Amino acid sequence: MRLYNIALNNLRRRKGRVVFTVLGLVLGIAAIVALLSITESMSRDIEERLNQFGANIVMVPKTERLSLSYGGITVGGVEVETEEFDESRLPRIREIKNRENLGVIAPKVLGSLEVEGRPALLMGVDYKAEFALKSWWQWDGKLPETSGDILLGSEAARAFRKNVGDTLPLGEEKTPYTVTAVLHPTGTSEDHVIVGDLHEAQRILNKPGKISLVEVAAFCRGCPIGEMVLQIAGKFPEAKVNALKQVMMSRMQSVEMIRTFGYGVAVLVLFVGSLTVFITMMGSVKERTREIGIFRAIGFRQGHIMQIVLLESLLVGFLGGLLGYLLGSGAAWASVPLVIQEGRFAGMNPALGGISLLLGVTLSLLASFYPAWRAGTLDPSEALRSL
Amino acid sequence: MSESVSFIEVVDLGKDYAGGDGAVPAIRKMDFTVEDGEFVAIMGPSGSGKSTLLSVLGGLNRPTRGRVLVDTLDVYALSGEQRADFRSEYLGFIFQSFQLIPYLTVLENVKIPMAVTGIGETFQHRRAMAVLDRVGLADKVRRLPDQLSGGEQERVAIARAVVNGPPVLLADEPTGNLDSATTAQIMTLLGELNREGQTILMVTHNPEVGAFAKRILQVRDGYCVFDS
Repeated sequence: MRLYNIALNNLRRRKGRVVFTVLGLVLGIAAIVALLSITESMSRDIEERLNQFGANIVMVPKTERLSLSYGGITVGGVEVETEEFDESRLPRIREIKNRENLGVIAPKVLGSLEVEGRPALLMGVDYKAEFALKSWWQWDGKLPETSGDILLGSEAARAFRKNVGDTLPLGEEKTPYTVTAVLHPTGTSEDHVIVGDLHEAQRILNKPGKISLVEVAAFCRGCPIGEMVLQIAGKFPEAKVNALKQVMMSRMQSVEMIRTFGYGVAVLVLFVGSLTVFITMMGSVKERTREIGIFRAIGFRQGHIMQIVLLESLLVGFLGGLLGYLLGSGAAWASVPLVIQEGRFAGMNPALGGISLLLGVTLSLLASFYPAWRAGTLDPSEALRSL
Repeated sequence: MSESVSFIEVVDLGKDYAGGDGAVPAIRKMDFTVEDGEFVAIMGPSGSGKSTLLSVLGGLNRPTRGRVLVDTLDVYALSGEQRADFRSEYLGFIFQSFQLIPYLTVLENVKIPMAVTGIGETFQHRRAMAVLDRVGLADKVRRLPDQLSGGEQERVAIARAVVNGPPVLLADEPTGNLDSATTAQIMTLLGELNREGQTILMVTHNPEVGAFAKRILQVRDGYCVFDS
């Protein structure tokens, strides 16, 4: 017979009370695990959605000239001649160390030309990459697929009075290209452009094999965007590579907000859970006054009584942590599809399991320390008076 | 059983409880000694101070005045934790209404006093089985207290009290909840233990039970009024 036998047997033979005590912790920890798992899944989902929300790295040729454009307004009537990269060098981007984090790479060629007697901006794109990157685009008609198809920004369509199915003559040969789609207004410079196939645009603009701009979407969960920028810059010394800080900041902010909310609620729930343990343990000590009196009369020291209570609380905490983790993960698994549209459960997180156990044990011990101390310091003569 | 010589000396003992109108004396003044191997019945009516006397003798209730010496050890000069060790080493308690731990089996109940002694599990088992055999319960060791009769529970309580081989056994109304036949059996068992050298101090208000003791201390109104 050891002290832990007494603690263990008490728990084993007082299942009702144990269930009640453990339940408080289980609910608290399950709420935390569920909240954190859902938050995790939400933040992943947001990251993924945000990642689909366009480029976060932009690569342009280095230039000594200052931009004379702001908010879509170009001043001074300066015709800006763009500088370009060689398209053949583009695959080098896939050689960077963090290439696993690279998502869509969308090269573009830009150039001005005269269309039906007025100047216009032609943007040649890799259709597949561009449409993957610009997932928020909405349009009328059918997205262009062949080199003979073009897409018009809303303002461009209005200016040229073109609709889906019309043709627009481009280039020196005035080759007619079919407008297969017209973009809905985006409020950006894309409203003013004619979007065509990359290689066709290179030909029309007389820029064969040239790229004016590359937009890169890096799929990041805490991946070092700054480092990736440096890695890409290393591969393209002639380019200026920038991270779109605003996008990153807003991503981080949304995720952090959700996480903070999760932690806030979790702390509150845990406080209530700990309170349940405290109240139950106090009740248990009070209920066991007679028993404590017997132990003290038999020769148990204060420390022995405290050990018994704390051992029980350790087991309760362990059980609460374990069951709380399982229940919380299960709840998260079940509720993620309801909370996040088309969302996926981020999966069982072993680290969260470890934290749950630690949390359960620590909270249970903390909540039981005062009851244990009360039990230990119970005056034996007072305790025996209840015999 | 322990071979150590026990000797209890109660000197100028007094115990007051705090009451609404000031201190209420439970023990006004008591002086007596108990020799090793004695079987003493402390008798008296309700409220005479006999249970308080037993708890003071057991190192559980600090007296307001006077001293209790056991084996020349001044019990209340010891710290609380030292007194716990003293109880573990010197005393065996038999409480009113058995007071077994309901969630522990008979065997586990008997082993409780050894849980804080550092005795090995095998030796604990052997010792507990030996005393349970001695009280005639070797075949019911796996039962829970509520699966036993009153007399059997009392015998478990006696086994638990003597398992550590304490020099002194303190019993508070050990037969208070038993019928007369079972009372006789229990008292015979205590008598046997005493004949084997066990010092026993027993509180009772029942003269028939008291008759089993070799010496009677009659207490009344906090005084020791008769010593046979």
